[in-house]
Amino acid sequence: MAENSSDNKMTRRQFLRNSGYVAGGVVGGGLVGGIVGNQMQSGGAPTQEKPGGKSEKTPQFDHALMYFSQKEDFDVLSQATELIFPADELGPGAIELGVPYYIDKQLAGAWGHNAKEYMQGPFFEGEPTQGYQSRLQRHEIFSQGIRKMKEYSQKKFNAPFLDLEEDQQIDILTAFEKGDIELAGVPNEQFFALLRAATLEGAYADPLYGGNQNMEGWKMKEYPGNKMAYHDVIDSDKFYDEPPSSLHSHMDK
Amino acid sequence: MAEKLDKVDVVTVGAGWTGGIIAAECAKEGLKVVGLERGKARGTEDYYMIHDELRYAIRYDLMQDVSKETITFRNESKQRALPMRQLGSFLLGEGLGGAGVHWNGMTHRFLPYDFEIRTKTIDKYGKNKIKKDMLIEDWGVTYDELEPYYDQFEKTCGISGEENPHGGPRSNPYPTPPMKSTPITERARKTAENMGLKPFAIPSANLSEKYENPDGKTINACQYCAFCERFGCEYGAKSDPTITVIPTAKETGNYELRTHSNVVEILHEGGKATGVRYVDVLSGKEYIQPAEVVVLSSYVMNNSKLLLVSNLGTPYNPEKGTGHVGRGYCYQINAGSTGFFEDEQFNTFMGAGSLGIAVDDFNGDNFDHAGLDFIHGGVGSVTQTGKRPIATNPVPPGTPAWGKEFKQKSIHYFTRNLGIGFQGASMPYQYNYLDLDPTYKDAYGVPLLRMTYNFTDQDRQLHSYLSKQATKFIKEMGADIATEAEELGDYNIVPYQTTHNVGGTPMGADPENSTVNNYSQMWEADNVFVLGASTFRHNSGYNPTGTVGALAYRASEGIIRYSKEGGLLV
Ligand SMILES: Cc1cc2nc3c(=O)[nH]c(=O)nc-3n(C[C@H](O)[C@H](O)[C@H](O)COP(=O)(O)OP(=O)(O)OC[C@H]3O[C@@H](n4cnc5c(N)ncnc54)[C@H](O)[C@@H]3O)c2cc1C
Ligand code: SF4
Repeated sequence: MAENSSDNKMTRRQFLRNSGYVAGGVVGGGLVGGIVGNQMQSGGAPTQEKPGGKSEKTPQFDHALMYFSQKEDFDVLSQATELIFPADELGPGAIELGVPYYIDKQLAGAWGHNAKEYMQGPFFEGEPTQGYQSRLQRHEIFSQGIRKMKEYSQKKFNAPFLDLEEDQQIDILTAFEKGDIELAGVPNEQFFALLRAATLEGAYADPLYGGNQNMEGWKMKEYPGNKMAYHDVIDSDKFYDEPPSSLHSHMDK
Repeated sequence: MAEKLDKVDVVTVGAGWTGGIIAAECAKEGLKVVGLERGKARGTEDYYMIHDELRYAIRYDLMQDVSKETITFRNESKQRALPMRQLGSFLLGEGLGGAGVHWNGMTHRFLPYDFEIRTKTIDKYGKNKIKKDMLIEDWGVTYDELEPYYDQFEKTCGISGEENPHGGPRSNPYPTPPMKSTPITERARKTAENMGLKPFAIPSANLSEKYENPDGKTINACQYCAFCERFGCEYGAKSDPTITVIPTAKETGNYELRTHSNVVEILHEGGKATGVRYVDVLSGKEYIQPAEVVVLSSYVMNNSKLLLVSNLGTPYNPEKGTGHVGRGYCYQINAGSTGFFEDEQFNTFMGAGSLGIAVDDFNGDNFDHAGLDFIHGGVGSVTQTGKRPIATNPVPPGTPAWGKEFKQKSIHYFTRNLGIGFQGASMPYQYNYLDLDPTYKDAYGVPLLRMTYNFTDQDRQLHSYLSKQATKFIKEMGADIATEAEELGDYNIVPYQTTHNVGGTPMGADPENSTVNNYSQMWEADNVFVLGASTFRHNSGYNPTGTVGALAYRASEGIIRYSKEGGLLV
């Protein structure tokens, strides 16, 4: 679906001329043959996802849990992300964007396990200016935080979090934001800070990670996603309102 | 037992811009060079999936894996230093090309004032202008002496630019014309002109047109793809070591690059280095690489760390003020303002790493400091580097950080905000320094470097001054809301600020308080050359790499001369 308006289309020839590839393969590797080839084949700027994205009939097989072991925990997480990034007249909220699945996948992987971070002891609390000093990995903070949310909502409202009114749920989340709820092994504010950051990531990361379903996060924000180049349009006064494209467009054969 | 390899002429620790420049220049002269790089090899062919904000900009795919090595940090000597467990305030490079792969490419020169800062400050304002504990010194080299090397680095990169009206004299114009004008850069230029300032296009290593450098390496024309800072360029359009100096070195047949090779010690005897000891991080095997000349090109942190763990060079003592290895660590301050525009929409998501307009009217001593309680200043820039949606959620002051209102405003203003940012210069202070941590170790059992650093009153005054200029500028640009500065608190290692760390192995004319002379040659071991911003005596109000590159070209000349004549070059 190469539906870009013609003034933003970059022909293969234009592209080669602009970037100087014409004069002969100075850059090695699969890039030229790969990205350029693919994108030019489909007639211009990167191809769009299939119309409508997910079809009603195809089940989303990746919508299952690889980190959470209890469905209720996942539902509490889901509702919390929705409060942070709610559906409104602009468009979908966190749940419809797939943010909870994004977070579930992230917690199961390298980020959730702090794989690229210095995790050797000894551990001390430290000053806020010294940054993250917890012995806990992120997935442990999420699990603990969600358990504490459930406990706190029983304590404060005598009902499960998922049964509360929205303003009561906001109340609970605000208490975590302010650090009013005691967490073990990590500063109290840390759980909410991570939850908020991960929610925004899930809303706006490339859909390849499981959030930003059908690029709806990008569409709301009028963000065009992954485009090869703005060389021919960056000097224009016109606002660029082309539909977005994702990294998936590089995988088209 | 470490296996001892055959001796070579030059070994470099690291293969970023500095290691690459030394390798190219020395190998062209016929010296046998080995480059040891702890990270992996990489190049344009690895950037097939590069337009991924989460992977590269948020999760730091191209940067240092701090599970293996990091630094420890505290604000002052009284505190217990703790490990920087995650990247944040600055983003250290790792892998072929170092941070030069994922830099923006803003390639300024420092001002003539910078290199003679002590003399010029005293001449103009008197001795009392230099506050107690502020260790500023002249660099032992002048702008005029460095000019040819700036020119050389700019030609290697093909820098696109126009003359800085406040800059030092130039022997040549920039090799390529400035980048494109856009509605955003035009707006900034006009605003500056209206305010009586002297705007100029940021000198850019994202090239305005295809260019062949003097070594015969081609750099392509920038596509303004907006995935530049923190990303590698899939077009080969951003000058970086992997498409310039490294292939230049390889072509000579005199350069051998060994990746996955982590240097843990500089070996030395009787005031001369004999080589380095390193670990092949894949096999775990240890090697000794003997060399006539050892080049430390492992960035600010590890240049100091390797000297300290190897007991080479006199360590700085902050109490007594003696010694020099670890002395004068400086950073920068960011002062800026964001403007929110109700009725105008901009293509903020387009851009290139160095696309933008700069003003130098508040930098260096380009303005009178007589009535001011600080020295130096900073370059102000309105950039169009390509905003991305995870990191950019701009909301006017007073907006909640989540929920309905946050969502609406952050979406609304994503394409309706412009900002100006100043990079404020940073002066060396007695109690801002680097040494070894007594507790924490890296994956190879070597102590971590310990950073003791905080902002000073000089920083606070400068920050407040530049912030006011920033707000004024943004209002003049027509913003409906312009943010005002918050007071500069303690230095915090968490939020990203800048990867413009400098100092630790200062350059100077006096061996008592400097590690290297103006050829980057160590006073205390004449066959060791220390490269990079670790040799800066203070940090100017610009991005550093233009000056890093210039000093590296000068050092390469020094190494070549040393290999023929020996001895101290100064
Ligand atoms: C996001 C970002 C944007 C930037 N933008 C700009 C800009 O616009 N303009 C500008 O002027 N500057 C910019 N910089 C800074 C610029 O990237 C650096 O100044 C420059 O790359 C430094 O080059 P270097 O060779 O000194 O160090 P590096 O590039 O850091 O290279 C050092 C190399 O040494 C290796 N190494 C370290 N220790 C060892 C060891 N023990 N054994 C073996 N190898 C080792 C590292 O892996 C690394 O590859 C930016 C930096 C970042 C992170
Ligand atoms: S903005 Fe230009 S130089 Fe930067 S990565 Fe994109 S094409 Fe390369």
